[in-house]
Amino acid sequence: MTQATLYALTGLGLVGLGLYALIVRAHLLRKVLAFNVIGSGVFLVLIGLARRTPAGAPDPVPQAMVLTGIVVAVAATALAVVLMLRLRAATGRITLDDSPGD
Amino acid sequence: MPLDTTGLGWTVAVIFAPLAGALLGFLAPRRAVAVGLAAATATAISAVGLAHAVLTQGPLRLAVGGWGAPLGIDLYADGLSATLLLMTALVGLAVSAHAPAYFGDKPRQSARFWPLWLFLWTALNALFLAADLFNLYVTLELLGLAAVALTALGGSGGALTGAMRYLLVSLLGSLAYLLGVALLYHAYGSLDLAVLSALVADSPATRAALGAMIAGLLLKTALFPFHFWLPGAHASAPAPVSALLSALVVKASFYLLLRLWLGLFGGFGAPLAELLGALGAAAVLWGSVQALRQPRLKLLIAYSTVAQLGYLFLAFPLAAVGGAAVWGGALYLVLAHALAKAAMFLTAGSLLRFGHHDRIADLDRAVYRLPLTVTAFALAGVSIMGLPPSGGFVGKWLLLEAAFHQGRWDLALVMLLGGALAAAYVFKVVGFAFTPAYAGHRAGSVPAAMEWSALLLAVGAILLGFAGPLVWPLLEVGAPFAAPPAPATWQVRP
Repeated sequence: MTQATLYALTGLGLVGLGLYALIVRAHLLRKVLAFNVIGSGVFLVLIGLARRTPAGAPDPVPQAMVLTGIVVAVAATALAVVLMLRLRAATGRITLDDSPGD
Repeated sequence: MPLDTTGLGWTVAVIFAPLAGALLGFLAPRRAVAVGLAAATATAISAVGLAHAVLTQGPLRLAVGGWGAPLGIDLYADGLSATLLLMTALVGLAVSAHAPAYFGDKPRQSARFWPLWLFLWTALNALFLAADLFNLYVTLELLGLAAVALTALGGSGGALTGAMRYLLVSLLGSLAYLLGVALLYHAYGSLDLAVLSALVADSPATRAALGAMIAGLLLKTALFPFHFWLPGAHASAPAPVSALLSALVVKASFYLLLRLWLGLFGGFGAPLAELLGALGAAAVLWGSVQALRQPRLKLLIAYSTVAQLGYLFLAFPLAAVGGAAVWGGALYLVLAHALAKAAMFLTAGSLLRFGHHDRIADLDRAVYRLPLTVTAFALAGVSIMGLPPSGGFVGKWLLLEAAFHQGRWDLALVMLLGGALAAAYVFKVVGFAFTPAYAGHRAGSVPAAMEWSALLLAVGAILLGFAGPLVWPLLEVGAPFAAPPAPATWQVRP
């Protein structure tokens, strides 16, 4: 197994972990964190696969994509956290339904 | 390639006019309405200019900043893009005319609505013009973030819950799409749709990318059973926002799905096409039945969106044989639904202002006091039901014709049943608008701009049925529905 494949598989593992938490966990902060874990997994896949160019030199395009992706993820996380705080202020809940948070 | 500076100028203007308006409106919140209306007008004019350029000069391709396709950002406008830009402009103008009156007594919401709405418009236009997969991802995220912020505008617990659920679904969908982009880039070393379309072959990596991207986009398009987030988000937002979300935002992810299908995956997606068709059929029936059961007007309209989105996916199994005519029918349904559904949500806004509630059973003879609004709802309903001579009829007829021609009685039956159910829920609302409520209530006055914007959109949905000679030539520029080139190395899998 090459190093690149290892990175890609680790990335897929992170995607799986994040997806599980996003669905199972009720607390919104955990859901936001789960989204970030999925994002990191996708970025790791992008970077890992970028190393597999024929010449052996890393391909800059996926790295540029990951940088853009991180900017998007930061913006999305900020929006999610603000929404979460506003939801708590408006309803006293920190979950999406009436079930108690964990 | 026919390149002309005027055509390319419109391509840039259609993105930068709303962007400039959004930034100005954000910086000068007191002037947000005036800035917003000016930007909306400029954007709509740019969209018409671009459509005219596409119609007369053929498809346009612009390398932004002079950087070429492999590294730089390309904008590409063909008939499909131009048609959707025009649809966005039409709905956008009507919502922009409705919004100042709707938010008239809520200046804080108004100051936030305009920048966010113009950001949303920027993202929509950029998405319809993006030519590479990563740029599409960025525009998809911009669209999602602007849409979520607009959903939360009301600030109530329900609106915030709907917005939060929408945000999580939207982010998950985008990341699944991005995972597919990563796999495709790894396999083919390009992000440009046109380049990839020539390279793409049936391989495990392509199939994994197909699965991830389609799943992500289905989540965002709210195809049954991924529709769970839509009614809450669309029904709890302010009425002009609901109109934008239901008419335009879900169409953007459908457009992207269609582009991917036509350009990349259509060649080896036959089993998946059947699955999409089956989910679409389930969406038509489930959404319509749920719409019929809703006691609240906005929820009824939102579930109707779930059902109408289902029709679009019935085109996938039919298009394998039916080809361009079927896609044309689906596109006609997209246009008709955008106009009609925006009109319906705007009438819901007027009725909410009139009665201070949106319980269908207590509409209390609204027809006598708001005849224009109830007429708008009924006309929009005619298009949603698919009765002639509306735009909805043309789209449904093209799909029905293909279904009969191919002997797909199952799909034809679903379409007819969906039409009957739509008639039931539209007449339920119209019927209660004629009936006095048990408990009378104080009726609020509704500004004329709110009534007329909805009525003009609904009339547009009807007139679309006669607009075929205008729509078809534009839609065919650049042959967006032509069969994709045969895969480079076709592998038969057992």
